[in-house]
Amino acid sequence: MKPERPDDLGAGAHCPLPLSDYPRVVLGHGGGGKLTEQLIEKLFLPAFDNPFLNKRHDGAVLDMGHIKLAFTTDSYVVRPLFFPGGDIGTLAVNGTINDLAMCGARPAYLSAGFIVEEGFSMETLWAITRSMARAAESAGVAIVTGDTKVVDKGHGDGIFINTAGVGVVERGCAIGPGNVRPGDAVVLSGDVGRHGMAILSAREGLEFESMIESDCAPLAGPVLRLIEEGIEIHCLRDLTRGGLAGALAEIARAAGVRVDIDESAIPVREDVRGACEILGFDPLYVANEGRFAAFVAGKDARRTEEVLRAFPPCAEAGVIGRVRESRTGLVVMKSRIGSDRVVDSLSGEQMPRIC
Amino acid sequence: MKYVDEYRDAKLARGYARALARAVTRPWTVMEVCGGQTHAIVKYGVDKLLPGEIELVHGPGCPVCVTPVEWIDAAVEIASLRDVIFCTFGDMLRVPGTRGDLFSAKAGGGDIRVVYSPMDALQAARANPEKQTVFFAVGFETTAPANAMAVYQAKREGLKNFSMLVSHALVPPAMESILSSPANRVQGFLAAGHVCTVMGYTEYEPVARKYRVPIVVTGFEPTDILQGIYMCVKQLEEGRHEVENQYSRSVRREGNAEAQKWIRATFRAIRRNWRGVGEIPASGLGLTEEYEAFDALQRFAVVPQVREGPSECVSGEILQGLKKPGECPAFGVRCTPERPLGATMVSSEGACSAYYRYRGARHEA
Repeated sequence: MKPERPDDLGAGAHCPLPLSDYPRVVLGHGGGGKLTEQLIEKLFLPAFDNPFLNKRHDGAVLDMGHIKLAFTTDSYVVRPLFFPGGDIGTLAVNGTINDLAMCGARPAYLSAGFIVEEGFSMETLWAITRSMARAAESAGVAIVTGDTKVVDKGHGDGIFINTAGVGVVERGCAIGPGNVRPGDAVVLSGDVGRHGMAILSAREGLEFESMIESDCAPLAGPVLRLIEEGIEIHCLRDLTRGGLAGALAEIARAAGVRVDIDESAIPVREDVRGACEILGFDPLYVANEGRFAAFVAGKDARRTEEVLRAFPPCAEAGVIGRVRESRTGLVVMKSRIGSDRVVDSLSGEQMPRIC
Repeated sequence: MKYVDEYRDAKLARGYARALARAVTRPWTVMEVCGGQTHAIVKYGVDKLLPGEIELVHGPGCPVCVTPVEWIDAAVEIASLRDVIFCTFGDMLRVPGTRGDLFSAKAGGGDIRVVYSPMDALQAARANPEKQTVFFAVGFETTAPANAMAVYQAKREGLKNFSMLVSHALVPPAMESILSSPANRVQGFLAAGHVCTVMGYTEYEPVARKYRVPIVVTGFEPTDILQGIYMCVKQLEEGRHEVENQYSRSVRREGNAEAQKWIRATFRAIRRNWRGVGEIPASGLGLTEEYEAFDALQRFAVVPQVREGPSECVSGEILQGLKKPGECPAFGVRCTPERPLGATMVSSEGACSAYYRYRGARHEA
């Protein structure tokens, strides 16, 4: 019998996600929370199954014999294209550089793929391209290959950019949730919540007293310095979608440890806090583009703070917590009033609330 | 941050906790009415600071949670129509009806937009005269004045392409419904501060007298809530049953007269269904005759069909303070924020959702 629909290809070819949940992709599947996690676990991992992917780090680390290469990719669909503190071009370069840095790698080469909608302004494309060139130059990486596709008007939203990157993993680096140990210190590289709130206020035309600027910045410099200084790094994660909370929850689960953090040690700028209060957002879950969390050996905690603080985006770096022996895989935060709560990842993105 | 940090002060919080421990001599059950308070209690761990004698139970004051399933279905139906722009507050998108949620309707091609104010929906109607714009008017007395203003403005401008799907609920009838139940175990209430900012608290005075129950109008920050509990427990211990105002920096006894005038001019009290609880007389708002033409149900000839919820869900008992989330066998197993079975798991301010998020699924609930 001929299949009636292209997805009716017989047993074994059916979509492994139960259709009763979501027969169509919803925005939450790209939100970096539990729906994204389900999509990866139930759809992509089983289909592409291999030991590199199964580690589920920000990038894959490939053993090439004499060296180890880190390899990663990311797509950028941000609206608006230009926002206080950056644009889609700086984001596309810095985001991929940061994913490589989180593997303990020195970023070397990037690719750039452009999907542009028919009718898109050439002037705007030029401005974005220049931003990418500047960001690449200042981080010491080269954009060495690329691709351009133009889609019919109405079939894309202006411009989407994909970048992939490779970098060389620094010697002796074994970075990943599997290396996190009880006694490790959790160091946060700076204040959280700026990028997400900058984008939201620009996109929705929300006017706050001061303009919130994105924290978009390359992080390879500070990470490589930590490695050079001989800090014993066990895990690194940039705090993009899902924010600080999402990243810590994922690492605690993957490492099978308990992570204790202190709310009052986490810096959040006043304007970001204010905007979050108004919308009912928790800054811990808001996206960042120039912040990371480092799990380092407890003995190196203070030294990590000192090294990071020499870099402007990390001026407020500080220890926010410790890893404890416990199989719960939970992040527990001491709240401001001295009580505690569990910090878990969200289903999808945070939604502004009714009242 | 000014006017926020003062109310999240650890020393002050410990002070109230100690005062409570000194004041309490026997077990008391206190209900916070509002979902915003439930969220703050679980998020900051306020309940963990309380002496063992005081049990907090969580009330029905989450507008997203108590929106009946048939209203979600109606929203999905209208939002999926061609040439309709459906405007809603963000937290309604994930609430499941019997035929999916608004997120799925959006993925299916519906033009669904998240707005921050009903005025944004009015603006969409003005900008798109060839389309029908519908605003999902959800909330308690707090959001009613702005929604009243939107429909008044639409009428004044003669906007023929704007309508509202109205699912407003009123707090005092829900409190009375809980108190009049033979199974009731609530001995004192923290009333919802923002609802009272609009409505004042005179309507709670007869409730306090009739059921001999203390009611303390309370704010939303951790020390507000601790002070509200302290005032409530003090009344219980002294055998008093009065309405007191903890949230005096925002609430006056008479409330906001201008806002109330707008509500009265636009809405009338109607019988309504509460998800998980059932029908309560005069507990909702519908548009008055003068504004009927702006009722989306009429305009699109949609009739909400009442449906039974899953039998396993105990959200009705949770919303009435009879059970806690951890007492439900489905909690965190068959019922999660990704696949909620009922009212209290659907919104981040629902009690089950707050416990799941801040206490962990397998843990402490």
